[in-house]
Amino acid sequence: MQRMLTGNHAQSLAAKLARVKVVAAYPITPQTTIVEGIADMVASGEFPCEFLEVESEHSALQACISAAAVGARTYTATSSQGLLLMHELLHWASGLRVPIGMGVVNRAIAPPWSIYADHSDTVSQRDTGWLQYYCESNQEVLDTVLQAYRVAEDLRVMLPAMVTEDAFYLSHTFEPVDAPTQEEVDAFLPPLEMPYALDVDRPARFGSFMGPDAYMEQRRNVADGMEAAARVIPGVEREFAERFGRDHGGALPLFECEGADAVLIVSGTAASTARSVVREMRAEGKRVGVAKLRVFRPWPVAAIRALAAKVPRIAVLDRSFTFGFGGALFQEVRNAVQSPRGGPLVGGYVAGLGGRDIVPETIRAVLDDVLARDEPDVSWVGLQEVKEWSA
Amino acid sequence: MVRLTIPGPELMTAGHLGCPGCGATLAMRYLLKGLGPRTMLTVPACCWAVMSGPFPRTCVEIPFLDCAFEATGASIAGLRAGLDAKGVKDVTVVGFAGDGGTVDIGLQALSGSLERGVDAIYVMYDNEAYMNTGVQRSGATPWGAWTTTTPVGRTKPQEKKDIMAIVAAHRIPYAATACVAFPEDFVRKVEKAKAVKGPRFLHVLAPCPPGWKYAPEETIRLGRLAVDARVFPLYEVVDGRYTITRKPGKRTPVAEYLQKQGRFGHLTEAQVAAIQTQVDERWARLEAMERMTAEVRT
Repeated sequence: MQRMLTGNHAQSLAAKLARVKVVAAYPITPQTTIVEGIADMVASGEFPCEFLEVESEHSALQACISAAAVGARTYTATSSQGLLLMHELLHWASGLRVPIGMGVVNRAIAPPWSIYADHSDTVSQRDTGWLQYYCESNQEVLDTVLQAYRVAEDLRVMLPAMVTEDAFYLSHTFEPVDAPTQEEVDAFLPPLEMPYALDVDRPARFGSFMGPDAYMEQRRNVADGMEAAARVIPGVEREFAERFGRDHGGALPLFECEGADAVLIVSGTAASTARSVVREMRAEGKRVGVAKLRVFRPWPVAAIRALAAKVPRIAVLDRSFTFGFGGALFQEVRNAVQSPRGGPLVGGYVAGLGGRDIVPETIRAVLDDVLARDEPDVSWVGLQEVKEWSA
Repeated sequence: MVRLTIPGPELMTAGHLGCPGCGATLAMRYLLKGLGPRTMLTVPACCWAVMSGPFPRTCVEIPFLDCAFEATGASIAGLRAGLDAKGVKDVTVVGFAGDGGTVDIGLQALSGSLERGVDAIYVMYDNEAYMNTGVQRSGATPWGAWTTTTPVGRTKPQEKKDIMAIVAAHRIPYAATACVAFPEDFVRKVEKAKAVKGPRFLHVLAPCPPGWKYAPEETIRLGRLAVDARVFPLYEVVDGRYTITRKPGKRTPVAEYLQKQGRFGHLTEAQVAAIQTQVDERWARLEAMERMTAEVRT
């Protein structure tokens, strides 16, 4: 059924369709309408679940972890500062192997206060053992939440997953969304089966301390789960496509990358803008393409390397900044493709921070730059000249 | 033959890693005797995160979920919600946290769970400092006590945080203090708490030989002295009504309790007298609360 939904309502609806059993959340702009949407459906009786209006994001995630530890499917949602407050618990969730689902509306980090789109919140959590999907449309948000549970709850994976959407571009923008029926979703997403869930009839301890004799193997076990996710994701997407008649291209969907002189790697809503610019530039005879980084964790290293093997130049656009050499996506792409035998030139571009629009000119500037460049480098796109701000 | 006055079955096995004479091991043992096997436990960073033994060993025979230091209140909420969602109604959910994990870093999550009426028991075992990290001051450390962060010359200048008053302010159905030196009273309160629905809180005094600096065989004697010198009164708050459950007949001077512990060894006579005054004032206030709330409708 076609419905007009915001990205946030797509999140709430997906949580309901996934038959989530426990929701715990705390309000933060621009995530708030996800939780409000769930509250309305709980109040009307159409979404039967335990709904905990906790006193912080930290408690929201701990409540989800503990509920998941007894085998309940759980959901929470947050943004920006809320995700940062959860940081400690993000590690707890992956370390305990509980497949929590979380919606994150990407928002800039303070200070200065900003409620606008920026991926620094989730990108900075890349080391916490969560799967990370970045969405481009409200349809993709809904579909990806459902897919993410299937991947996260696969016994080979058993890791938590976050499904992100850009603040306001998706969170508060209405788009037509094809909402599947409950029966269709039930056939795709069976109830959570967690063989090691806590149970009084089979007492066990979950989270014991480990000495140097065991800790390293436990970490390797979590890493194996993340690597398994990379293998599980394509199969889940194929099954989703067979059942629902649409898919979102796996971890790194490519557009006009065959025979391209340069390809832009980008995530989130900027991918739509990028494809439109690529169409224009192709019409002008410039051979450029776009690879949308839909899954950042597990890191799709095989797909990135396959792309690098066929294009001479790659531009990576980071809608985030981490304090290192360039953006995090740029660093990881370059690390994945560099080799003693050479490899493509990789340029890093930081753009769109704090909700600054990534417009067609931004994308064009990036692609033109990478096509003309002789040396790899990092640059900030659309940066204004710094003015003296005085009274 | 001595008649056993508390339940016989043990849910805590031998082989814990606690110090000799540890009061906190008794707190767990008596708690589980009162609760029985259909209980689920969540424990944050504290002595008990270590004392149960490293993976793959554990010395409690019920499910045990480790949780973040500051999140016990949220963890019991999650366990309860998860069990409710699965239709499991006959399992008691228990959070078991130390004093620092409760009165300091865990206070927000505790308050949230009490305010939201989470149906679970929160047990704070109180050894009056961060003992697991090596005796640092917590909000539950008493006035004048030595710890490694309040060394002699700069001992704690504040009184112990009154967690029971904070908890009672949430108007929960059941809160009580207990002490490992009074197992019958402790187990009776656990059984009483178990029978109540809603948020319940137990504040359990658990003397600590290395932290308080006394010989391990003195744990029970010190627990009894703490109660009988009125330093740690035993009482219940049931639906807002205060009842002192042990009124020591003979008045034991607080000096008898203090002088047995190295952490108070530096105190002058004047300081001991000051503590006696604090103790007397708190006792008078508690008795006043008992009188004032006697007419509270339950």
